[in-house]
Formats: sequence, C-alpha cells, structure tokens
Amino acid sequence: MAIEKEKLLWMFRTMVRIRRFEERVVREFADGNIPGSVHSYIGEEAVATGAIAHLKKEDYIMSTHRGHGHLIAKGGETEKMMAELFAKKTGYCLGKGGSMHIADLDIGMLGAAGIVGSGIPIATGAGLSAVLRGTDQVTICFFGDGASNIGRFHEGINLASVWCLPVVFICENNLWAVSVPTSTSLNVPNVADRAVGYGIPGVVVDGMDVTAVYETVGEAVARARNGKGPTLIEAKTYRFRGHFEGDSGTYRPQEEIDEWMKRDPINSYQKKLLEMKLLTEKQVEAIDKEALAEMDEAVKFALESPFPELEETLDNVFT
Amino acid sequence: MREINIRQAIGEALDEEMARDPAVFIIGEDVGPMGGLMGEIGGLYLKYGIDRVRDTPLSEAAILGASIGAAITGMRPIARMRFADFLGVAWDEIMNQMTKMKYMFGGKIKMPLTMDALSGAGRRTAAQHSQSIEGMMMSIPGLKIVLPSNAYDAKGLLKTAIRDDNPVMFFEHKFLMWTGPKSEVPEEEYLIPLGQADIKREGNDVTVVATAAMVTRALNAAEQLQKEKGISLEIIDPRTIVPFDKETVLKSVEKTGRLVVFTEECETGSFAGHVAAIVADEGFDYLDAPIKRVNAPDTPVPYGVVLEDYWIPNEEKLIKAINQIL
Repeated sequence: MAIEKEKLLWMFRTMVRIRRFEERVVREFADGNIPGSVHSYIGEEAVATGAIAHLKKEDYIMSTHRGHGHLIAKGGETEKMMAELFAKKTGYCLGKGGSMHIADLDIGMLGAAGIVGSGIPIATGAGLSAVLRGTDQVTICFFGDGASNIGRFHEGINLASVWCLPVVFICENNLWAVSVPTSTSLNVPNVADRAVGYGIPGVVVDGMDVTAVYETVGEAVARARNGKGPTLIEAKTYRFRGHFEGDSGTYRPQEEIDEWMKRDPINSYQKKLLEMKLLTEKQVEAIDKEALAEMDEAVKFALESPFPELEETLDNVFT
Repeated sequence: MREINIRQAIGEALDEEMARDPAVFIIGEDVGPMGGLMGEIGGLYLKYGIDRVRDTPLSEAAILGASIGAAITGMRPIARMRFADFLGVAWDEIMNQMTKMKYMFGGKIKMPLTMDALSGAGRRTAAQHSQSIEGMMMSIPGLKIVLPSNAYDAKGLLKTAIRDDNPVMFFEHKFLMWTGPKSEVPEEEYLIPLGQADIKREGNDVTVVATAAMVTRALNAAEQLQKEKGISLEIIDPRTIVPFDKETVLKSVEKTGRLVVFTEECETGSFAGHVAAIVADEGFDYLDAPIKRVNAPDTPVPYGVVLEDYWIPNEEKLIKAINQIL
C-alpha cells in the first residue's frame, strides 16, 4: 500500500511530538511538578500513531492509563495535557483527573482508563452508539497485554463481534503487565490468537514499525467502516521505561531492554524517511526543534496556570 | 381512575420514553421475546425492534460497559440488570466508570444511563437473588438511586430517571413486582422529580421513614396502631435515597419528636443509618426519644419460609420499636 507523503510526514511529526512530550513529562515528574502517577509511552509511539492516522475527527478512541500518545495522535492539545498533569485548573479535566483520566469528546477521545481493561466494553458501546445513530464512525480501542487477561476483554470483544460493531481492538503488547511477563500469563503465543474464539480476524503486527501498523490497522478500520465488524490487532511493542515513573523496571532482563531499544520506532522510521528522500537531516532537526519548543510552551502554560479553587472539589459530581 | 400494578407501570414508562426519544434504547438479558423476567416489558421488542430492545449475551460487565460507551456518545440506554445481586459482576462499571467519569473529566461529559434491577427479599430466592444493596450503592458519589413503593411512583420516577443526564439506579422490589398491588395511575403523562419525598400518611406521634416494600408494611402498622391504641404515625417514603429529601423528614420529626427508620436492608452501612445520622445531627433538638432503626439482621438473606420471613423486617418489629420510644 502506497502511503501519501503527507501522511508519512504527519506520522513522523506525531511520533516525535509524543516522544518529546513524554521525555518532558519524565523530567517534570522528577522535578516534582507532576504530583501524581504517570505511565510513559516512550517506545510505543508507532502504535498510536500508525493506528490513529486512519481516523477522522469524529471517530472515537478509547485509551488506557498509558494514554498520552493516543491523545496527542488524536489531536489533543499538549498545553492542556501538561496543565492537567500539573493538576492545574486549565487542564483538560480542570485538574481533577490527572494523567490517567483525560478525555476530550470534541475530538472523539472517550477517555483514558485507570482500571486496566475497563475501556474494552465502553469502546463496544461507542461502536453500538454509532450503529444506532446511523453514522460511519469507527472506534479504536487501545489496551495492553495485561488487559487481555481481564474478563471484560472477553465480554467486550464478544459483544462487539455478535453485534458486528465498528470497533478495532488494538492490544499494545509490551510484554509486561507491570512486573508479570506475558510468558507466564498467556498460554498461547499471541493475544491475537484469541480472536478465533470470537469469530473475528486476529492479526499480529510489528508495533515498532509505524508503516506496518498503519497498513494493518487500515484494513481493520476499512472493515469496520464497511459494516464488517471488529478486528483484534496485537502490536508487539515495548515500553522503554518502567511501568510508571518511579518504577525502575529492574524485573526485566537488561538484554531484553537493550534488544528492544535498538529497535526504537522513531530512529528506524527516520532512517527510512531519509532513505526515501522524503525528509532531509535539516528537516528532521526542524521538526524536533519545533516539538521541543511546543513542550516548552506546554510546561510554561502549566506552570503559570492557577490551581483549582477549593470549592471546585464539589462541582461536577452530577450534571 | 384506572388501577395498574407496578409491572404495568414500568412497561408503560419504558414504552412512553422510547416513543418520545429515539436515543432511548433497552439493553440487557431477557429483554427481547421474553419481555423481562416478569413479562413487564412484553411487546416492546415487537414494537421497537431488535435494534432498540437488545437482548445481550450473559455479560453484565459488557452490558454496563456498552451502556456507558453509548451514553457518552449521545444515546440514552436503559440497562436492565435483572437481579440487584448481579450488579456485583459489573461493579467496576458502577463504582469506577459511570459514576466517576463526569467528575474525573472535569464535567465535560453527560452520562444519561438508567439501570434497573429487582431487589429485595420475600420470594424465597435465597442469598444471591434477594439482597437490598442500596446502602452500599449510596456510598458511591455520582449515582442517583430510586426505590419506588407503588405503581404510580414507579412510573413517574422511571420516566424522570430516563430523562436524567446522570446515572440512575432504579430498584424494583421483587415482592411488589410479584404480588403486583395496584394503584391509581392516570392515563395522561406525568413525571415525579427525583429527590422529593412523599408523605404516604399524615400523623402526629411518630415519624416513620420507610422505603420500597416496607412502605406498605408501615401503612399496615399505622392502621393497626391507630385503631388499637390511637397512636398516629406519619409515614414518609423518600422514593429516592439519592438525592434524599431530608427537609421533609426533618420537618416531620419537628412535629412528632420521634423517628423510626424502617427499611429492608442489613443494618450496617444502611440508608437507615444515614437517615438516623442526619436527624441526630440536624434535628437533635426536635427529638423527644432515641432514633430507632428497624432493619434486617447483618446476615445474608436466608432461604425458605421460616428463616426468610424472620429475616424480613415486618409490622410486628416496627410496632415493637415504636412502643419502645413512646
């Protein structure tokens, strides 16, 4: 499949922006500006980017606790994201949700999910809603390998399958559910193998290769949009950092970490684009500089924003 | 005026709201050809079709999860959960998702989602099909809870619940559903606001706050005490426990000076305890006697005739408590 140049460059910019955002989050967390838990998406950028590249603004995504990358790819504003992480009033959730609970319905972001696996049936519901309202909206549901062992994986995907709903389920298999490896929690080689139990396609893709993700998800999105039902995609990927900031991740063998870090999805994609002469070194630098400046702005905005008023604690329980 | 039972009232409420608003749909187990466990929504499947009356696999978490996803994207689902006890299978959807998303997301979503389920004892269904869990649910911020005691209230409250933009738990007491006492229900449309208690019987000596199936029993006790001893009870049915109309209760206690809270719940962590705390806190000066709670013991609901009937609070236990404070 030939991918348009514009799309290829958008994917590169998006991955760089996600990386720079996450690196900045790591720093701000260490500096004590982010009070709550954050889960870094560094290493997994190709999955969100290659998948969401297919979506329209009105399409939906359901994210996870490791959700910054999904939101940036869907069009989230980094200033509001950073402000939310800083627990500021100007954040996406008025400083009430934090990293694990950002939603933006205006761009189809149905929410990050602090409880692993909880997003799966919710995504099924968004798919049902699109069918009932007669739109062609597609929902992409992200979740991890850990979530694939939760009952709602079964319930949510089965329901989407029997009702033939336009949902693409993407398992970001980074091999570790916090400290427990998939090798001890899964008795089949791939999460995607489970698709056979739901009578839907199950596809494994290299989650470190953004164009591979793009192509695989493209077929699934087209299938969903054409009323052919859901697909289960498993993107093999790796988180370069611990489960959350503060987790050293030492339960993972160093050789494994080194091996995966050699396959950095941004480095390899950059190399590819340079080889294809779609980008020059100079342009790469410019894109990176722009991303760094964007994150400077985001942090500045977050730092300068006020905290919520104490009375706001009581707002937003009910409509 | 015509008289209908609570099953018919629920069927009519769902029918009218589905006719009124195309965003309303029903999702759950046995909602299709079976028409609900007690046939209460029979016919809706044929009238509205399988798109809007959706029989699901036996997947409570998926029923509520999908309802949440549909609710935040413009639909107005009614999730029929059959037995209140089964809500435990989808507790995360209730405790962590539908009730928290609005707050976590800074108020930027609506969650127009109504759940209904049979609750309560009295049908010999034992420990896993008989619980009243409103006390447990009441401690989750962000959930409205409705406990109707008759057909008239059930219809007006359910219609309001469906139009509400927040998650609402609507409990149908299975003893009322099964025995089907009738009440006068007008043909024409009406709504009952959530958070407005109803004084089911006016009186001067003791205030009794009763919910669901206990309302009828409280009215029986009131009749008996009036006849035998000339004691007059004021029976208040809060109808919704979240939001709770505490003003009506405090006003009544100001008049009577005495309060008994009469509910079919395990005593610990109950709505009854909450009412007692509010009146002790805000109405202490009105009280001439200790507040009494008449609830069920802190045990699972036992099976059978003898033990279950012993477990359920009744007129006799209520009258005993009243005699203690008079």
